[in-house]
Amino acid sequence: MSRLHSRKENPVVKTLIYIVLIFLTILSLFPFVIMVVNSTRNTPEIQTHAVSLIPSKYLLQNWAVFGGKTFNPGRGFMNSFIISAGATICTVYFSTLTAYALVAYRWKMRDAFLTLILCVMMIPPTVTSIGTYQFMYKIGMTNNLLALIIPAIAAPSSVFFMRQFMLASLPLELLDSARIDGSKEFRTFNQIAMPIMKPAMATQAIFCFVNSWNQLFLPSILLTRNELYTMPIMVSQLKGDIYKVEYGAVYLGLTLTVLPLFIIYFALSKYIIAGVALGGVKG
Amino acid sequence: MENTKKHGFSYAKYGYLFSIPFVVIFLIFHLYPTINTAILGFTDCKGLGNTTWHFLQGDIFRNFKTVLASDTFRLALKNTLVLWIVNFIPQMCLALLLTAWFTSRRNKIRGQGFFKVVFYMPNIITAATVAILFNALFAYPKGPVNDLLVSWGILENSFNFQVSQTAARLTVSFIQFWMWYGYTMIILISGVLGINPEIFEAAEIDGANNWQMFWQITIPNLKTIMIYTLITSMIGGLSMYDIPKMYLAGGPNRATTTVSVFIYDQAFAGSYMYNRAAAASMILFLIIAACSAVVFYMMRDKD
Repeated sequence: MSRLHSRKENPVVKTLIYIVLIFLTILSLFPFVIMVVNSTRNTPEIQTHAVSLIPSKYLLQNWAVFGGKTFNPGRGFMNSFIISAGATICTVYFSTLTAYALVAYRWKMRDAFLTLILCVMMIPPTVTSIGTYQFMYKIGMTNNLLALIIPAIAAPSSVFFMRQFMLASLPLELLDSARIDGSKEFRTFNQIAMPIMKPAMATQAIFCFVNSWNQLFLPSILLTRNELYTMPIMVSQLKGDIYKVEYGAVYLGLTLTVLPLFIIYFALSKYIIAGVALGGVKG
Repeated sequence: MENTKKHGFSYAKYGYLFSIPFVVIFLIFHLYPTINTAILGFTDCKGLGNTTWHFLQGDIFRNFKTVLASDTFRLALKNTLVLWIVNFIPQMCLALLLTAWFTSRRNKIRGQGFFKVVFYMPNIITAATVAILFNALFAYPKGPVNDLLVSWGILENSFNFQVSQTAARLTVSFIQFWMWYGYTMIILISGVLGINPEIFEAAEIDGANNWQMFWQITIPNLKTIMIYTLITSMIGGLSMYDIPKMYLAGGPNRATTTVSVFIYDQAFAGSYMYNRAAAASMILFLIIAACSAVVFYMMRDKD
């Protein structure tokens, strides 16, 4: 091929591209930088100059504002963690199992089942929230964290992702030789199929955890008792009147809710980006 | 796949067996609530914590008619469409531009991994947190954004972004745009990387420039992925709740009330009109289904 005209770089264009990219980088980071810095400043400082890159010394005072109020970061963190971890385990394990049923076996209803999963993927949860709330109320599962964990066993988009991955990477001959060795079907799944699915399970685990952590609509209607509030519900309390004049405390509260996500994100960003590229997450 | 039958023994039953947990939970916690929502739309169910209800006498569609005739609902529907379109078009344009840059064979961009990580980051942050953070950033008169705009001399005096209806709508759209363009970009880049590189090489030999290759090869090959992005974004956009609810609680003067905010306000505030909220949910569901069907149909037609 003619390398002469295909590899010419245009320095002006390239500089322009970098300028735009750096601008977008600032746009992405700036709100969070302001948030973290302002969480260490007090209200008078923020009112004289809302933008500063130099941290101040009021972090502990801002923290003290939360004492005895509904915003209780420790408890919110625990509740969110229990829900997210529980939902993640349910989603990942049972989605893999359901995908296994779809890939490893040939059964009459299989294609109909897959079509159903594809259709259900399209329904946004807000649309069915009224019926969900009424149902949970009737069976006494409002104000119960399990109401947000158990439904995660049926996660259509996760099943679909697992199925795609399994079709490409699970050799069915392997299952046959396990059978010849006398392995029972459920054991074959747990000890042979699951290890092969580890990369896909990890991807799904990250997205399921983050999605569950960030949920607001369902938790806010199902959990009405203070001690069950999740992080996002507590964040929504920060807009209340008690924090009207406590600017620093509001920024600190926001920072605290974001902190676990930042840690997960920057530790696993490589896998997260790769997972998004695989279509592992729904928009 | 032929090996599901061996030793005269059928393994098909395990397919059913292993699907049971999914199916049971799906029927109880997903399908039943969905049907329940549809049914409630035809009843008189309202009031805090009420579980007894009756089907409407006379006009069974009364809730649907009330919702469709409601000013607030119509405005909410309009707002939802405006907020989604105003965020989606620039989001897609920027994502395409970045995709073209990052996959350009002529100008190799350094630090792509870093830029992807940074651009995608807002997407994983709790939407409620993002909304309240922007509420603080756009505060009047002394929020960080006003502070910057005044000290740089762009504005003479602070501007109250949260009282102007247009500014509030634009801000909500901007937040959505800001949270989602990185995601769209990554999806599109992975689409471009999936295109056979020989097509590009052949085009280069024929003397095609970057611009021509982008419009003649990249875009046509990305069509399926762009439609996927369009549909998922549309479903998410039409049920948008967290940002408008948390940013200004649907205000000012209902300017950012979306259909989902309307549903929440009907069911869980004021007089707890579950029946109307359920009817509104079903209307939203039908709109989403119809829009998705139209997009699917358009895609199928051209292939």
